[in-house]
Amino acid sequence: MVMPVFQPGDDPGTDFPMLLQRAGYGPVDLPSGTTIDTPHATTCVAVRFDNGVVMAGDRRATSGHLISHRTMEKVVQADRHSGVAIAGAAGPAVDMIRLFQVQLEYYEKVQGSALSLEGKANQLASMVRANVPAAMQGMGVVPIFAGFDVRRWIGRLWAYDMLGGRYEEREHVATGSGSLHASTVMKVGYRSDLTRDDAVELVTRSLWEAADADSATGGPDMVRGIYPVVATIDSDGWSLVGDDELGDRYRTLIEQMGGSTS
Amino acid sequence: MSMPYYVAPEQAMTDRADFARKGIAKGRALVALRYEHGIVLVAENTSQSLRKVSEIYDRIAFAGVGKYNEFDQLRVAGIRSAELTGYQYSRDDVDARGLANDYAQLLGNAFTHGMKPMEVEILVAEVGVEGSHDDQIFHIMYDGTVIDRPDTCALGGESDTISNRLSSGFAEGFSLVDAIRLGVSSLSGDDRSISADSLEIAILERNGERRCFRRLEASEVEAALQE
Repeated sequence: MVMPVFQPGDDPGTDFPMLLQRAGYGPVDLPSGTTIDTPHATTCVAVRFDNGVVMAGDRRATSGHLISHRTMEKVVQADRHSGVAIAGAAGPAVDMIRLFQVQLEYYEKVQGSALSLEGKANQLASMVRANVPAAMQGMGVVPIFAGFDVRRWIGRLWAYDMLGGRYEEREHVATGSGSLHASTVMKVGYRSDLTRDDAVELVTRSLWEAADADSATGGPDMVRGIYPVVATIDSDGWSLVGDDELGDRYRTLIEQMGGSTS
Repeated sequence: MSMPYYVAPEQAMTDRADFARKGIAKGRALVALRYEHGIVLVAENTSQSLRKVSEIYDRIAFAGVGKYNEFDQLRVAGIRSAELTGYQYSRDDVDARGLANDYAQLLGNAFTHGMKPMEVEILVAEVGVEGSHDDQIFHIMYDGTVIDRPDTCALGGESDTISNRLSSGFAEGFSLVDAIRLGVSSLSGDDRSISADSLEIAILERNGERRCFRRLEASEVEAALQE
């Protein structure tokens, strides 16, 4: 590979997507008027707790009535203090996350300092906006962005719409086909003094109810040992909640509802 | 019609090399050496914000001496090249040898065809996944010459003297503190000392995580020099 060197005034700076375009790897133009039925990812949620945020997402991707993936990871780490969750067309969404991760690190290295949390939220908004043409053809991506703001020392979260609209929320957000049910659970269960444990309990419960009422959202799969991806982000950074803890929580939940897990 | 003066190619190359060397000798030197968990890079640098040592990719670091704007441009080009390769293929496909070769092309081209050669010397280091036998340090000169340095490397003014001190003091399996001390004493020599606030130190550490590059805090540098 030839080293990319640019003249001053013609330099893509800290913008990795622009660099990709300049190197000849721009977005693919879709023929207009067609809609494509691709796998879709479903419910993701995030909620603030006393010193951070919790993000969670189910593992199912569907194509129409078919389950196309059982182990998809829709909640991923963006960098040390932030994460992103996605619902919508799985392919473009996974691509967007990958590009977003690279962009954050690329900015940090080229510039010598990381973007602010709000800067990262805006960066993601512009990537969603760049996806609008695909969204018009049934391949929309609707992410959630959450992180710990090391300048303000609080957890923050953002919801988006398919056109790149960006909305900071104070309590909780949900996206995807099961978001109505998940939101209701969080709305009822939210308190301003949630601890980390309370928040993890709340998101696991909200995904349970979403899976219970929405066919495209996957519940905990006790047979295969597949649980939602749940992660906490606080001043120490991103941390995944282990399957052991999630397994225990779901077993307790099922028992509370009068079911048997043995 | 006026004829351009004839300059013998030998003379032209010598002139250019002298020009580049003079520019490089003006700045302060830096060294890199292996230690038990990776590679440490020690630069003499009075600025706290204009960096000589920086991160290129997961396991790869960059360091430059000479003219700041020129090696900083090379630093950014390296990050771009690495990120593009990693995005297009896989993060595993980015390696120091490829980068060093690309840098050599760029520097060699500027040396023979450019208006003037670049007044820089750079270093590309990569910490191995398995163990120290995979560690790599490449020294790239202003004319594009690439030198593979197995254990230690010195760049910049008086690099020969510094390099001798470094290689005679080097031992396999150094602790980080020992490696820092050897690096600093090699840079300073016997007749002066370098204070902690004029040092920029970073490590590439086999830490089990994806990103191996880390800058040492001022307090860590002071602690290493005091004990």
